[in-house]
Amino acid sequence: MTRPTQTGLSLDTDVMVLGGGPAGAWAAISAAEAGARVVLADKGYLGTSGAAASGGNNLWYLPEDESLRARAVADREALGGRLTDRRWMERVQTETYRQINRLAEWGYPFPRDEHGNERRSSLQGPEYMRRLRRKVHRSGVHILDHHPALELLTDADGTVSGAAGLRRQEGWTRWQARAGAVVLATGGCAFLSGAFGLNVDTGDGHLMAAELGAELSGMEFSSVYGRSPAFGNHTKGLMMQFASYYDASGRPLEAEGHKGAELIARRLAAGRPVHARLDRAPTALRQSMRQAQPNYFLPLDKAGVDPFDEAYPLRLVFEGTVRGTGGLRLLTPDCATGVPGLYAAGDVATRELVTGAASGGGSLNGAWAISSGTWAGGGAARFARNRGALPPRHNLRPAGTTALRAAPPGGHPTTRAEVDETVTTVQKEVLPLDRNYFRTADRLHTSLRTLDTLWGRLADQPAATDGRTMLRAREAAAMTAHARWMYRAALAREESRGVHRRDDRPGTAARFEHRLMVSGLEQLDVRADPVLPVLTAKGTRAARIAAGDASQERRVS
Amino acid sequence: MIELVSSQRCIGCDKCVHVCPTNVFDRGADGIPVIARQDDCQTCFMCEAYCPVDALFVAPTTHPQPADAPLRDESRLAGSDLLGSYRARIGWGRGRTPGARFAVGPELPGATPATPTTTTLTATAPADSATPTPHPKGTTQ
Ligand SMILES: Cc1cc2nc3c(=O)[nH]c(=O)nc-3n(C[C@H](O)[C@H](O)[C@H](O)COP(=O)(O)OP(=O)(O)OC[C@H]3O[C@@H](n4cnc5c(N)ncnc54)[C@H](O)[C@@H]3O)c2cc1C
Ligand code: SF4
Ligand code: SF4
Repeated sequence: MTRPTQTGLSLDTDVMVLGGGPAGAWAAISAAEAGARVVLADKGYLGTSGAAASGGNNLWYLPEDESLRARAVADREALGGRLTDRRWMERVQTETYRQINRLAEWGYPFPRDEHGNERRSSLQGPEYMRRLRRKVHRSGVHILDHHPALELLTDADGTVSGAAGLRRQEGWTRWQARAGAVVLATGGCAFLSGAFGLNVDTGDGHLMAAELGAELSGMEFSSVYGRSPAFGNHTKGLMMQFASYYDASGRPLEAEGHKGAELIARRLAAGRPVHARLDRAPTALRQSMRQAQPNYFLPLDKAGVDPFDEAYPLRLVFEGTVRGTGGLRLLTPDCATGVPGLYAAGDVATRELVTGAASGGGSLNGAWAISSGTWAGGGAARFARNRGALPPRHNLRPAGTTALRAAPPGGHPTTRAEVDETVTTVQKEVLPLDRNYFRTADRLHTSLRTLDTLWGRLADQPAATDGRTMLRAREAAAMTAHARWMYRAALAREESRGVHRRDDRPGTAARFEHRLMVSGLEQLDVRADPVLPVLTAKGTRAARIAAGDASQERRVS
Repeated sequence: MIELVSSQRCIGCDKCVHVCPTNVFDRGADGIPVIARQDDCQTCFMCEAYCPVDALFVAPTTHPQPADAPLRDESRLAGSDLLGSYRARIGWGRGRTPGARFAVGPELPGATPATPTTTTLTATAPADSATPTPHPKGTTQ
């Protein structure tokens, strides 16, 4: 094991982008197009790392048809439990459409349907991210793969002025970048659950921002699990629309719709098996299904399972705030976090503005990553330009708190075993279905007691001596903070809405038709967001009740 | 999990070392990468997609396979066309057409309404591209 040294890489740039999933890539492209010098650092590799690279993205890509777009907004608003902001949804429609059309110009091989028309509403993960990498590279962006960021740097006034981290393929030496502004695009947090491609997403950016006082929003909308074959982690859900579900003896389970999803989760939570088979897929469609989503079929083929013929056992794998919606609260149209010089894009930011209380996985998250990335990159470039000269190096202050400072005299550096134990402790509170999918005030309190105690221990945890443990310790701290924000917000939302299910509070309560902000690291604070949802006239409750569609109001108990 | 680096096939290009998002491989002394941290593997198949000579195999399971498992048997995997199968499906490699070209997919009720986009759109710039994005007010504090 190599000791991380102070000698390493030192860089200056206008805009520093942390994270190289789609949000980071689009942010880098946009900042470069605005004339900024850009450095992008990813924990893994820009092109393979993150949720979109493995999973692929269906997109909220709608043609320029006013009524179609308006209908899509109204639909998502109802689905999202009326916490959305119509203006942001409309902006996302416009921006996604514009950028995806540019992606086509750059050569993304979109398919054509039988009439010869291009279909641009779906992207295959590896192809999408390989193309984005090429575009980022050609935009003159300096790409740093395997350069996880550990913390932000500020100047004497607290303005974000860069970031620092480790070079994990260069003997775990250090890197430090001085920058006029920083875009966080580090993805959501899936708690090292192993879900398809998500172990890089541990909420590091949320922790870095919170260390500077940034606020979060929507953290209660974090109880999202994906369906995977029991032997694997492949949480590709789209094809499962053709699935029927069975118990162990092959008896069909009533698993339609919202109620069905809950039934499956309850069975699995109780340790009773659920099997799936795509027997509702017409034979004529099967080949095109395989071509559309090879990453759904690949693991099954490798395991020798033909999902059209044979029922395979399922499990639910936790996807946290990747397919949940909570994240950093945004204050401006260009995705500023409220910490001067710090912008956020993609899953690290709250997606409530566009998906509300519902999961954005399946079309909105991908569109949000493209749009918010574009805006945040532009915002950061403007901020850096207006700011002018970078602060002198000796004035830079590291903003990281936990797990980064040398052990005090008499103390010992953090060990791998201690860090692994932290991870296990957090996972025990957040992964189980009966803790997180089905929430109650009692269970949330119990979990919070454990997590608060854990945070108390971590708050002044010294750094490890080897880089790999040091990184994992920061990830573990980020996960602990994340879990506490999630459960604190979940306790405060005394109702069920969207993906947030309170078994002790079934049903939606009108007094909670607003977003919840949570902030802090030691002491957590939850309050109602003074900025209210902005809904469409069509989507108002009165209008929907008048139209006889009150079904969205009722929650399944 | 990653189970196999075929030393017979590998040409030591180091691509897998670079692209693995969780840094599972180390460069081996003989130029052939070693699976140094299998526990860190997240079964994402990315290394397989990038290996130019189909030398890698990622089993679909999230736990390691026993030494004598069929999913670690190179000749069996090669014989059943499982080496390089992801790369083949996504149409990467010389002489192949990107799989994305064929990804029309069935209409799915839960997905975005599949909207036919005619080829003419490629030629015409989207109407909004010249105008600045509207900035919603009221979200600022
Ligand atoms: C299986 C699956 C299927 C999905 N399907 C769809 C879909 O069909 N439609 C849809 O809209 N959405 C879908 N989603 C969601 C969508 O993929 C994500 O919303 C999107 O990828 C978010 O982009 P991002 O760049 O914010 O995050 P990510 O793609 O997760 O990228 C985050 C990046 O940050 C890097 N990073 C993390 N920490 C650090 C650090 N400390 N320093 C440096 N870099 C760091 C990571 O390595 C990673 O590359 C799906 C998600 C999953 C899991
Ligand atoms: S499957 Fe993914 S995580 Fe595992 S070795 Fe390959 S690239 Fe790395
Ligand atoms: S990508 Fe393939 S050929 Fe290249 S080093 Fe890895 S295993 Fe060998």
